[in-house]
Amino acid sequence: MEWKKGRIRFIRQLPLHLLILPSIICLLIFNYAPMAGLLMAFQDYKPRLGILHSPWAGLAHFRYMFSYPDSVQVIYNTLLIASLKIVANTVVPIVFALLLNEVRTVVFKRFVQTFVYLPHFLSWVILGGILTDVLGNKGIVNNLLSFTGADPIFFLGDGTWFRITVIISDVWKEFGFSTIIYLAAMSGINMALYEAAEIDGAGRFKQTLHVTLPAMVPVILVVSTLALGNILNAGFDQIFNLYNPLVYREGDIIDTFVYRVGLMGGSFSFATAVGLFKSAVSFVLIVVSYRLAYRFGNYRIF
Amino acid sequence: MYRNTLRYRWFASSNALLLTVISILCILPLVHVAAVSFSSSSAATANQVYFWPVGFNKEAYLRTLDNPLFLHSLVLSVERTVAGTLLSMMLTVTAAYTLSRSFYGRAFYSWFFVFTMLFNGGLIPTYMVVTGLHLTNTLWALILPSAVNVFNTILMMQFFRAIPKELEEAAHIDGAGYLRSLTSIYLPLSLPSLATLSLFAMVWHWNSWFDGLIYMTDYRQYPLATFLQTIIQSGDMRNTNIDPGQLQVLSERTVRSAQILIGALPILIVYPFLQRFFVQGLTMGAVKE
Repeated sequence: MEWKKGRIRFIRQLPLHLLILPSIICLLIFNYAPMAGLLMAFQDYKPRLGILHSPWAGLAHFRYMFSYPDSVQVIYNTLLIASLKIVANTVVPIVFALLLNEVRTVVFKRFVQTFVYLPHFLSWVILGGILTDVLGNKGIVNNLLSFTGADPIFFLGDGTWFRITVIISDVWKEFGFSTIIYLAAMSGINMALYEAAEIDGAGRFKQTLHVTLPAMVPVILVVSTLALGNILNAGFDQIFNLYNPLVYREGDIIDTFVYRVGLMGGSFSFATAVGLFKSAVSFVLIVVSYRLAYRFGNYRIF
Repeated sequence: MYRNTLRYRWFASSNALLLTVISILCILPLVHVAAVSFSSSSAATANQVYFWPVGFNKEAYLRTLDNPLFLHSLVLSVERTVAGTLLSMMLTVTAAYTLSRSFYGRAFYSWFFVFTMLFNGGLIPTYMVVTGLHLTNTLWALILPSAVNVFNTILMMQFFRAIPKELEEAAHIDGAGYLRSLTSIYLPLSLPSLATLSLFAMVWHWNSWFDGLIYMTDYRQYPLATFLQTIIQSGDMRNTNIDPGQLQVLSERTVRSAQILIGALPILIVYPFLQRFFVQGLTMGAVKE
């Protein structure tokens, strides 16, 4: 009887299964099949032999990754750039949201928002094109600097400056858009709290410190813990569109390294091993950060 | 009231000044590139252009739009944006509707979707799958791998869930099936969120460049974003397989600026609509029961 009931239920709900089927097939092919393809990381993959017949290599590629100075440097660069970005992209939007919250004129607020949200929607190809033009040797920034008598700065040709440029330009692209969630949190604060603080003699600064900020803490916690999952995402699109051989040492990150070594250089298995390392670490961090976000801010994706 | 104190008024005006400066700084680089694109080639090379064209002319645009390579990539970009958005929205809607129902198997499907957000095969294996299916140099390579957007699906699902169940129950009693209730009840009721997600999908497709770079081995099949990327990065010749003569013309400063502007133009055009929607889109599904 049990199986019959199950079959009737299945037939009745068949349209639902059929509706989701195309998406499931797409995910199977383009998301799950590549996961199986990660086996390449444990092989000496030869395109001629394919994944089924290539010889096994065990953990050789992983050992090589941690002993090869280039890949160790790449992991270091990724961690450094990504964590600086996480810090900058948390602090700047919060401060900016607080400042914007003080604006009472709606038209002016709209004007500011229109301008600061815009870069978020332009791709790094466009922004990279703009930055290489503006920050180049003969770009407008160095042109203006020369009036002050300063030496030209190689923003994209000097390792240290490259890192600084990457962080600042990332803030430029994202800080405006990131303020949205904080502005939403602030608009939800009960006005009575401010009135009470006012009666107790708090000025606007004290109100911000003791009313606005505490009300934003849950959102800040959720956003910054979720950012943890990005600790190995230093921003492929950005780096790829800004870097050049001069700054490979300081600017190369895991994703660009995998692209160059794997797709350009043809070391498929080694590049896959580096990619798997990134995916595995990210997986652990994302799961942990979701748990933390759930614990701190009651955040759930479902 | 604190607002009338001298200290706060001083703060408010300096704050307004600061915010104005930051806002203008945000788009100033774009203004500069626009000014260069409308300037004469000699003024641009001599660094005389700041935020207003010097020796105004449309030469750079005429030369860009005269270039068959550029035009072809523009057409390809429009094609992929339209086809990609349609396909992706169809999958988003059907999957989101299914996941918003309670039925046997929902938990499995949900995990099947969410797991792809947590873990992925990475660049090389994905590349192997796409090339293994012989999708290289076809439009499919640009729209199929990204057709299912799990994040959008979850947003849409949460929106569908907020629609009262009674509506669908009434439709079921009247004899409507799942498909009918999706097309006659859920879709009409969620037009604003459909518009939001479609706009985001369109922007995403228009901006995508990396898939074009790796899956299109023939540079004549590059969509616009990939084409621009190759031109802008032309200092780095290893990645380029465009004929050097063409490259010379296309990478001249004014022409390059014009191309950047044309590449950004569709985004600038839909931006006002986006702005109206995205706050709503972002907070959509933020409240859960």
